[in-house]
Amino acid sequence: MNYVWAFVVGGALCVIGQLLIDYTSLTPARILVAYVVAGVALSALGWYAPLVEFAGAGATVPLLGFGHLLAQGVIDAVEASGLLGALTGGFTAAAGGVTASLLAGVLAALVCKSKDQN
Amino acid sequence: MATRRGDTLLFAKPPSITAFGAVGGKKEGEGPLAAGFDLLFEDNTLQQDTWEKAESTLQRHCLELTLQKAQTTLDKVNLVLAGDLQNQCTASNYTLRGLDVPFAGLYGACSTMAEAVALAACLASAGLVDRAAAMTSSHFCAAERQFRTPLEYGGKRTPTAQWTATAAGCCLVQPAGNGPFVRAVTFGRVRDYEVTDINNMGAAMAPAAANTILQYLRDTGSRAEDFDAVYTGDLGLVGSQLLKELLEAEGVSLDNHADCGLLLFDQAAQQVQAGGSGAGCSASVLCAHVLPRLRAGELERVLFLSTGALMSQTTFLQGESIPGIAHLLELCATKPEGEAAG
Amino acid sequence: MKTDPKQYGSLVKKASPPSPVWKDCLWAFVVGGGICLLGEALRKAYAAWGFTLTDAGAMTSATLVGLSAVLTALGWYQKLAAKAGAGTLVPITGFANAVVSPAIEFRCEGLVTGVGAKMFLIAGPVIVYGMLASVAWGVLWYLIRPFMGG
Repeated sequence: MNYVWAFVVGGALCVIGQLLIDYTSLTPARILVAYVVAGVALSALGWYAPLVEFAGAGATVPLLGFGHLLAQGVIDAVEASGLLGALTGGFTAAAGGVTASLLAGVLAALVCKSKDQN
Repeated sequence: MATRRGDTLLFAKPPSITAFGAVGGKKEGEGPLAAGFDLLFEDNTLQQDTWEKAESTLQRHCLELTLQKAQTTLDKVNLVLAGDLQNQCTASNYTLRGLDVPFAGLYGACSTMAEAVALAACLASAGLVDRAAAMTSSHFCAAERQFRTPLEYGGKRTPTAQWTATAAGCCLVQPAGNGPFVRAVTFGRVRDYEVTDINNMGAAMAPAAANTILQYLRDTGSRAEDFDAVYTGDLGLVGSQLLKELLEAEGVSLDNHADCGLLLFDQAAQQVQAGGSGAGCSASVLCAHVLPRLRAGELERVLFLSTGALMSQTTFLQGESIPGIAHLLELCATKPEGEAAG
Repeated sequence: MKTDPKQYGSLVKKASPPSPVWKDCLWAFVVGGGICLLGEALRKAYAAWGFTLTDAGAMTSATLVGLSAVLTALGWYQKLAAKAGAGTLVPITGFANAVVSPAIEFRCEGLVTGVGAKMFLIAGPVIVYGMLASVAWGVLWYLIRPFMGG
């Protein structure tokens, strides 16, 4: 059943993004920024954790989940080291995803060339 | 020599486009005008290691084969007027770096081809050049990485977006010859109708095209139906519709209109959204379609406009609207009566 | 001309074909959902392998990022995204695509000034505003924590 909800919730979060693209003049870059910030806000309000519980990767894989990850990381860091945690928590939580992307980017740049779309 | 009426320059002895050449890339070779091109490349890299070099190579091939068709050589050319879409016009600059010939670089975005031919015609008609080459190009990949996003970036195109042509066109203009002839030119005025959507260039350029057409008709006292066809540069599907509506409001009905952006590609089959665009779009359609038809006698007298959107990535990000411009050429297959003695 | 920019604006709206919203959304739903489904399968597999729940999540992200990088490098991600729209934009694979594609594209402008400088051209704002939001939330949490019974 978890798989079904992962598919449905993940798909639905993408559909919201698609509606924003089609009906507003928001560019994809702005939509990504909005998703991450919204993820932090929803997580702070305590609304996102239940969705993760319910839909698993359906909630963590979309960029809202990245925001949720940041918000949870900050809570843990503030618990551990007080106000300093507000500065360290976000990057600590994001480290895996960001560094993986960075590494993949450099490796791809070394072995690949820009390709024609025609 | 020539007379000026309003914004329109009329040549008493119309200069001749004695030779013309068009080269294109892969998608252009799969399009409806493929047979008209002199040279088509299956591989858009043209064996170069950057897209910028590929575009310069496209231009060099285009100039060389045009001179070949004219059975002349570069040292007989007095001036090359060339332009493209790259920042600081570098595709043309680097093409001409390797060629020993006087060069004037032009930038009018996608309107550059009509601008270049018009200037060449003025110089030829004044007897200042024996041979002037007018040439422009664009390359999909070079334009995409400069104006939009990296080629591998996953983005969905909106239905109003246009596809930059990978193509170049070149015209050799001489004071006399067998035609087709440039009978008149109108340099356009910049028009900005507050369109801000960078994915809707046709809409941004249509008012400029309408304005230049109206200006020409007013200056010469002619009517749109006096011509076999009115070609516009790359207004695409949306811009073409808007051009007709704008002109209808002025009492001009445009039944003989064709747009280079819609001629170059097969919209339904080739997934180019609203049609083709780019400085090479109108240039290659002029040299692969319009001029050959004039020479073959299928057309006698046409208006040809190239339209350009004059924004940059910087002005777009600063929230500026997109100004448009359109330059017009009146082309005819044979020298008009009474002017033949020239 | 008789038409003024304001009237022209409404003409433009009428002449511009709208996006096929139903088709776009169906694509976004199926592809986006599919990527999340793959994520869920990976997460379960890593958990079964003995990773903790948090680590399994991180491994899932890393795997999806790697997969997206390979598809991006092959030019396939772009082809899929041309149809899927937000379905490939919103998942973490879209973030990876936004990092990897400029890295490949600007390789010819140098490893430092091209790849290094332009890699976060598109994804940079996501990190900037994500981090700003997390700092704001961290400070807020520090202030309200004593009242939350935490």
